[in-house]
Amino acid sequence: MFNKKLVIAGLIIFVGIITFPFWFNQAKVIAPPEVKLTERAKEAKECVLPDKLKMRGEHMQLLDVWRGTVVREGNRKYVGTNGKEYEMSLSNTCLDCHSNKADFCDKCHEYASVDPYCWDCHIDNPKETK
Amino acid sequence: MNINYLASLIAVIVLFLLAYVGVEAAGLRYFFGVLLPYLAVIIFIVGFVKKIVGWAKTPVPFPIPTTCGQQETLSWIKPAKIDNPTTGFGVFVRMLLEILFFRSLFRNTKMELREGDKLSYEWEKWLWLFALAFHYSFLTVLLRHLRFFLEPVPGCVKFLESMDGFLQIGLPGIMISGILLLAALLFLLLRRIFIPQIRYISLASDYFPLFLIMGIAITGILMRYFIRVDIAGIKELTIGLVTFHPIIPDGIGGLFYVHLFFVSVFIAYFPFSKLMHAGGIFMSPTRNLTTNTRATRHINPWNYDVKVHTYEEYEDEFREKMIGAGLPVEKES
Repeated sequence: MFNKKLVIAGLIIFVGIITFPFWFNQAKVIAPPEVKLTERAKEAKECVLPDKLKMRGEHMQLLDVWRGTVVREGNRKYVGTNGKEYEMSLSNTCLDCHSNKADFCDKCHEYASVDPYCWDCHIDNPKETK
Repeated sequence: MNINYLASLIAVIVLFLLAYVGVEAAGLRYFFGVLLPYLAVIIFIVGFVKKIVGWAKTPVPFPIPTTCGQQETLSWIKPAKIDNPTTGFGVFVRMLLEILFFRSLFRNTKMELREGDKLSYEWEKWLWLFALAFHYSFLTVLLRHLRFFLEPVPGCVKFLESMDGFLQIGLPGIMISGILLLAALLFLLLRRIFIPQIRYISLASDYFPLFLIMGIAITGILMRYFIRVDIAGIKELTIGLVTFHPIIPDGIGGLFYVHLFFVSVFIAYFPFSKLMHAGGIFMSPTRNLTTNTRATRHINPWNYDVKVHTYEEYEDEFREKMIGAGLPVEKES
């Protein structure tokens, strides 16, 4: 092999970079986030989208639609797929039940490294609870 | 229609169906979600190293660096230290600029006949521009995906993501790199399809990686903006892979497995394809040799010892006969 030292050094650096995620986590068992529901949320049983997986995946799109509808059309009435009526409001509807931001919203957001700018305005109304 | 790109497109569609049907109908979640990714990573690393070692074992018979400037010569002629490097440092700078900014692509020219038979050369910079856009947006997308493989997610990954999404359009916010990646890929593909000279030299192995990366980008974009998936669940799977505690969480749709399968195929295919230019650039004699061709002699490593018979030896052997025949000799005895 020609230029043996250089080639081997380069290969070691390359493999080191490629396998970075493997040695960064050091084969630890990393538990998935566990969200806690408030008493009110447990009582309500159903969210605006009854399908839990859909809610997990699509809540931000729903909020985006809500924002558009409220701000542009002044319409605050939302009829869920289960026929119930809700007020389109992050503060007064979503955060009314899910008032425990740190144990609910932040859990998955931090895990998936998502930094939504909703909270720039919305969390102090209503006040966050534990 | 051209068999080369048609075959590549069909191959990618078949791969899509394989993964989608395999997961949604046959339920091979563990196979597509755990076994194949591990296998692909092993093939990638072993294949990559073997390829590089193979190249490193290949002798370079001639010094063939491409020169793009004045070679070092007389002291009063200014040499081009980077474009015609005579020192190791010059070569290093040249390689660095080549790898980071694709300088040789920047010099790309287009030759064509105009107004009948007038030969014209034109500086063609679009390939350079889109190649740069493609490689850097692909790198950004790759680095952004570290959020699925690292826990806790380092600040630099978060910062990159916030920069990438700083337009804050829609929810989830649009990532500039994703759109740029797809746009650049489209340019690189259309260039191969519509320019006759390039179509002529394009093979299925040129189209296939393009379609495959497009497949990766499109499935990724679909999952982010259109057919939403449970991100936390996906991170459970990916973190499980890199910590060697693989699990298959419930509720992840077939589209994610298609994305993962495309990526697995991509990295397993990597060492055996043109994609190896990533490692090959370091091993290119036209780039990594110094142009000290007039100062030092490059010995071909596979030269064997040639048996020579010098004139002195010849004269020693035949001196008496040469003197006898009246031929001039250099030494009398």
